Amino acid sequence: MNIHEYQAKELLRKFDISTPNGQIVESPEEAFFLTKSFGGTSILKAQVHAGGRGKAGGVKFARSPEEAKSLFNSIMGMTLISPQTGPQGKIVRKVYISDPVDIDREFYLSILVDRKTGRVAVIASREGGVEIEKVAHETPDKIMTFTIDPAVGLTDFQIRKLASLYGLDTPQVKSLKSFTSALYKLFLESDCSLVEINPLVVTKQGSLVALDAKISLDDNALGRHPDLLDYRDINEEVIEEIEASKYNLNFIKLNGSIGCMVNGAGLAMATMDIIHFYGSEPANFLDVGGGASENAVKNAFRIILQDPQVKAVLINIFGGIMRCDIVASGIVKAAQEIGMKVPVVVRLEGTNVDKGKEILKQSGLNLIVADNLRDAAEKAVAAAKATHD
Amino acid sequence: MSVLVTPSTRLIVQGITGKEGLFHAKGCRDYGTNVVGGVTPGKGGTSIDGFDVYNSVEEAISKTSANATMIFVPPLFAADAILESLYAGIEVIVCITEGVPVLDMVKVKRALSDFPHSRLIGPNCPGVISPGIGKIGIMPGSIHKQGNIGVVSRSGTLTYEAVGQLSALGIGQSSCIGIGGDPVNGTSHIDALSLFNQDKDTHAVILIGEIGGTAEEEAAEWIKHHFKKPIVAFIAGQTAPPGRKMGHAGAIISGGAGTASSKMDALKAAGVHVVESPAELGSTLQSLI
Repeated sequence: MNIHEYQAKELLRKFDISTPNGQIVESPEEAFFLTKSFGGTSILKAQVHAGGRGKAGGVKFARSPEEAKSLFNSIMGMTLISPQTGPQGKIVRKVYISDPVDIDREFYLSILVDRKTGRVAVIASREGGVEIEKVAHETPDKIMTFTIDPAVGLTDFQIRKLASLYGLDTPQVKSLKSFTSALYKLFLESDCSLVEINPLVVTKQGSLVALDAKISLDDNALGRHPDLLDYRDINEEVIEEIEASKYNLNFIKLNGSIGCMVNGAGLAMATMDIIHFYGSEPANFLDVGGGASENAVKNAFRIILQDPQVKAVLINIFGGIMRCDIVASGIVKAAQEIGMKVPVVVRLEGTNVDKGKEILKQSGLNLIVADNLRDAAEKAVAAAKATHD
Repeated sequence: MSVLVTPSTRLIVQGITGKEGLFHAKGCRDYGTNVVGGVTPGKGGTSIDGFDVYNSVEEAISKTSANATMIFVPPLFAADAILESLYAGIEVIVCITEGVPVLDMVKVKRALSDFPHSRLIGPNCPGVISPGIGKIGIMPGSIHKQGNIGVVSRSGTLTYEAVGQLSALGIGQSSCIGIGGDPVNGTSHIDALSLFNQDKDTHAVILIGEIGGTAEEEAAEWIKHHFKKPIVAFIAGQTAPPGRKMGHAGAIISGGAGTASSKMDALKAAGVHVVESPAELGSTLQSLI
């Protein structure tokens, strides 16, 4: 789960990590008074779950309280389009106002789980305020990475290495140690999958401040952090995906014309791939879960058919433990109840597959029964084209 | 022969008194695995459907000489269950549970390095099967057929798809290992391939990967230098959008890394027969043997 910058900063402050003063403001008047309290200048930042906000016009410097007022009006409600939002962009519903900091130098610091080593890793760069991928690509020597042994924790020599990369003075090494240690503590105690401070700045006064922060939380661990669940912002999610998650369906909206309903994530991806292989595109990723129960199938049907772009549906269920005859009855009942607006191709495999196919054929519904994965993909692509023409 | 599941496997099930745990304990027993009991803390001394229940893995081992475990403990407690079996000396640990917090797995991974004789499969996996010998997992035994093809995969039902294609062509499997869809897991593609390399009854391998991470690229590099048998591979997620988690916690393209094409290219360069359509796994393998 991704959280907003203002929420990330709230979390940082809880762990005694220094951030600039700032808060969410609801009105231009509030923007005016907050900027005034900061001494007449401020930074207004659009709160959306996407990077590249600055270039997209979502981050502005106000030179006066009056300007803060007008900037607030222009940012609030704007559709922010950055490479990370997709072409449709994201509507700005919250504006954060922050006290400007006198910046001396800017660095990059992040903590994440490194899949290769199975450990928590620290990534640091002398170059702050730019995308780390860009730095990694253009000047990899400016980046340093090291992993943390979970049984040992962050060590002093690692901090010294970090300090030397940043070129910090000896007295600042101590503050880097408390900054980085607190960040690692936050990472562990909040079950983060990413904490990114970009930039981490050294102010003209010599202190270390997290100017911007991005935090992603491990969805699997939210069960033990009820407080962090409050950070979920459903405005940042796709409506159909929220609905699907209510029924324990794993759904991701895509742009093609063939709706997919599959049991298992790997097979669901493979089904999308084979649709593409035979010349069409999937309208969604949808994992109905291992069992493919009648209820799951029914809800999946409903969600898929909400998409007007869907010209055919491909149901691909590898029965496995769940018997195909039971899955077939579920599909028939769901199709009868929801109604089939487009052709539906069904491919069943596994225990009692013949019985299952028989139930589909006897249903009187216009279900197209496929014999195997290739057959299913070809039939679905043909059916979608026919609906289209 | 086979890998991981052998005639001397003595299996316990952690979380055996739960619905899933019991269902699959019976499934393994029906398939011919020697299931010697189960563990549910607080329910020791009872028995359920013919399985004796113990309070701890240690107790189960002392009473049954168990050497393998299948874990169905809920996600937030699964890592502790893995550690318990690891410290008690279980050799083959299969964790079926989906949704284990990744930082719990970071700790488990660290602990695993202290136990070179134990192996963890999963979490978030279907388990392991050696057709005709036994299974430690939730896969349907009926679709399998005893033979000489090894299968290693990050996915569940997609593995069944590959196995189904093989069996339909009359090609049997030596062992099928579902390594799981999580970003940090116990057994990698390389670990599984290395087991197949040593197994004289495995003549060729089907490798199923998916987007996210670099495990397939690392496997490709390893295959180039160490693996001697033919491999057919498929990478799921060629059409997946970047930045989205495709069902599995580990299936995500981030920062331009972990794409299907990068993995397919690496495997091709290592001499692996990479298929673009998942429907061609079985037929491509057939053409090689």
